[in-house]
Amino acid sequence: MPTTRPRTLFDKIWDFHCVGQRADGRDLLYIDRHVLHELHAHHAFAQLQKQQRKVHRPDLTFAVQDHTVATRPGRDDDTNPSGTAFIKAMREGCRNNGIRLFDIDDPEQGISHVVAPELGIVLPGATHAVPDSHASTVGGLGALAFGCGTSELAHILVTQVMALKRPKRMRVRLDGALGPHVNAKDVALRLIAELGVAGARGYVVEYGGAAACAMPIEQRMTLCNLNIEMGGRSGFVAPDEATFAWLAGRPFGPQGAQWDRALAYWRTLRSDDEATFDREVVLDCASLEPQITWGTDPSQVVGISGRVPDAAAVDPSRRAAAESAFAYMGLEPGTALAGLPVNRVFIGSCTNSRLPDLETAAAVVRGRRVAAGVVAMVVPGSSSVKREAEAAGLDHVFRDAGFFWGESGCSMCAGGNGDRGQPGERCVSTTNRNFENRQGPKVRTHLASPATAAATAIAGRITDVRQLLAGAA
Amino acid sequence: MQPFSSHTGIAAPLLKDDINTDQIAPIMHSRSLKEDYKAMLFHRARHREDGSEDPDFVLNRPQFRAAGILVTGQNFGAGSSRESAVWSMLANDIRVIVAKSFADIYRENCLQNGVLPVVLGPQDADAFIARVVAADGAAPFTIDLVTQRISGPGGPDIAFEIAAADRTRLLEGLDDIGMTLKHMDDIVGWESRAAAVQPWLQTTQDSR
Repeated sequence: MPTTRPRTLFDKIWDFHCVGQRADGRDLLYIDRHVLHELHAHHAFAQLQKQQRKVHRPDLTFAVQDHTVATRPGRDDDTNPSGTAFIKAMREGCRNNGIRLFDIDDPEQGISHVVAPELGIVLPGATHAVPDSHASTVGGLGALAFGCGTSELAHILVTQVMALKRPKRMRVRLDGALGPHVNAKDVALRLIAELGVAGARGYVVEYGGAAACAMPIEQRMTLCNLNIEMGGRSGFVAPDEATFAWLAGRPFGPQGAQWDRALAYWRTLRSDDEATFDREVVLDCASLEPQITWGTDPSQVVGISGRVPDAAAVDPSRRAAAESAFAYMGLEPGTALAGLPVNRVFIGSCTNSRLPDLETAAAVVRGRRVAAGVVAMVVPGSSSVKREAEAAGLDHVFRDAGFFWGESGCSMCAGGNGDRGQPGERCVSTTNRNFENRQGPKVRTHLASPATAAATAIAGRITDVRQLLAGAA
Repeated sequence: MQPFSSHTGIAAPLLKDDINTDQIAPIMHSRSLKEDYKAMLFHRARHREDGSEDPDFVLNRPQFRAAGILVTGQNFGAGSSRESAVWSMLANDIRVIVAKSFADIYRENCLQNGVLPVVLGPQDADAFIARVVAADGAAPFTIDLVTQRISGPGGPDIAFEIAAADRTRLLEGLDDIGMTLKHMDDIVGWESRAAAVQPWLQTTQDSR
């Protein structure tokens, strides 16, 4: 009997899903679950119609209205006028192609990366594609997910495969136990700071180690969501008993005897002990404090007690970017982050909009008021999250404190639905990109965790949540 | 997809690292299904706050207005997967991007649309950038995918590497979906095997 060489979990999933090799040497990787959103869908549907091609597996394809939908209560197709045509075009395309759509008024509408896991559409060891760079959010369940462009989306619709070059393998070991009020967002920001915005380019990252294993599933999703911000092709955490418990009973997942069979298989999904990775990274998380970005890319990060760096302290290759960021952000080198007055706080996006994110923020907000002059928003990641939060009374906690409580969608992450800040405003945001002008022209974005964002909204200044809560005790 | 064999044109230097797709193709204030991709390209950088053109932005300078080659730094096209960040290049007749490196998804999107992504090593990149800056739009460069060479004013030809398969695909303007459809039997065969060993992957029934 031939001995099999040790393999990483990535290799196992890839090998299983590799249908064959194309003439150009690319592997054809079968995509088990494909989820569309309205910004890309109409282009792909139009292309298929023009080429007279059909959707091969509409039953494995889903669509969610998320990028352009308004968050105002009572919203409809036209509340955000610049989204209307996209929403309607995807609706029509889904109808014509027999694709299950979670429409703007569907009780399970939401951000695709939130909806697909919570419905059990995405599963451990499955492959997944979304025409969105944050596709690997679902890596938190141990799925291998790829973001793609519009042409690739059309390719998947017609063939149910992606034509890919095999990426390299990286393992990130997160050691230690996270301190109080420190979570996956802080870990991911620190990691991006250490590796840089292109540090994982060309790699699929397996996150492991004590801190990753201890993370609840939603935090693992936050961790994997931010993988693209260091350039990673995909990222995941190997599934474990916590994953299986989280998935049990989800409506689109396997049920009954099928569940038992799936579970037995999922329990085999781990990298072999002897498997080798092309790159190994270790991050000690035990001493990590809450993290926050000071600049205009997600690697420009300091601890909450830190200061904007001096240009001289920045790697020479990154100095011009730092200087440009100082100017855009209106910050002098040496300025302490904590204490900076803010105009806006946003809690939401595929990074941090699941129920535990909202619970964490609500625990900070409860019984307090948003500081005068601060516009604070909470946008749940899905309509289901919103309902569950309301059942727990979280909407009252936020509303009573002065937060806007919205309908679910991508909202201020990219502002594609009209939710934007005003020029010059400083915004602490639980999203994933602090690029210039992303949350509105001239808006200055600081990325942070839901706890930090909530504490900042209350204080009106960038705040160490640990100090806010200690002050109250 | 329109094939690509060779392009001769003005090379415009946009010498920054990590230029992201929000910068290349910003989400426009009012959008439609038929976007003006020509206007979208670097829309914010091209304009001042009052809406007028910023004469200092490289693609607004007279000698670079008709540039067909964009020359840039590391990690070009980071950020979102929006393909408009490539369509807006095509709409402006930019057919070649020479960079020190590309973000993964952006490079794929280039290949899908007949835009040639050229990666040069640090030394070649710096030498080429110096020549592009010196030429200042006064004379064109030629990027030849057949011979994998860059030629133009200021020095000898520069060879570049590209995966043979990517080269063929661009040279022949191959239809990506068409190439994969030749494997449809393999795909269907895989589906029946998967249905036997991991049946939960081949179905998505709502159990409610």
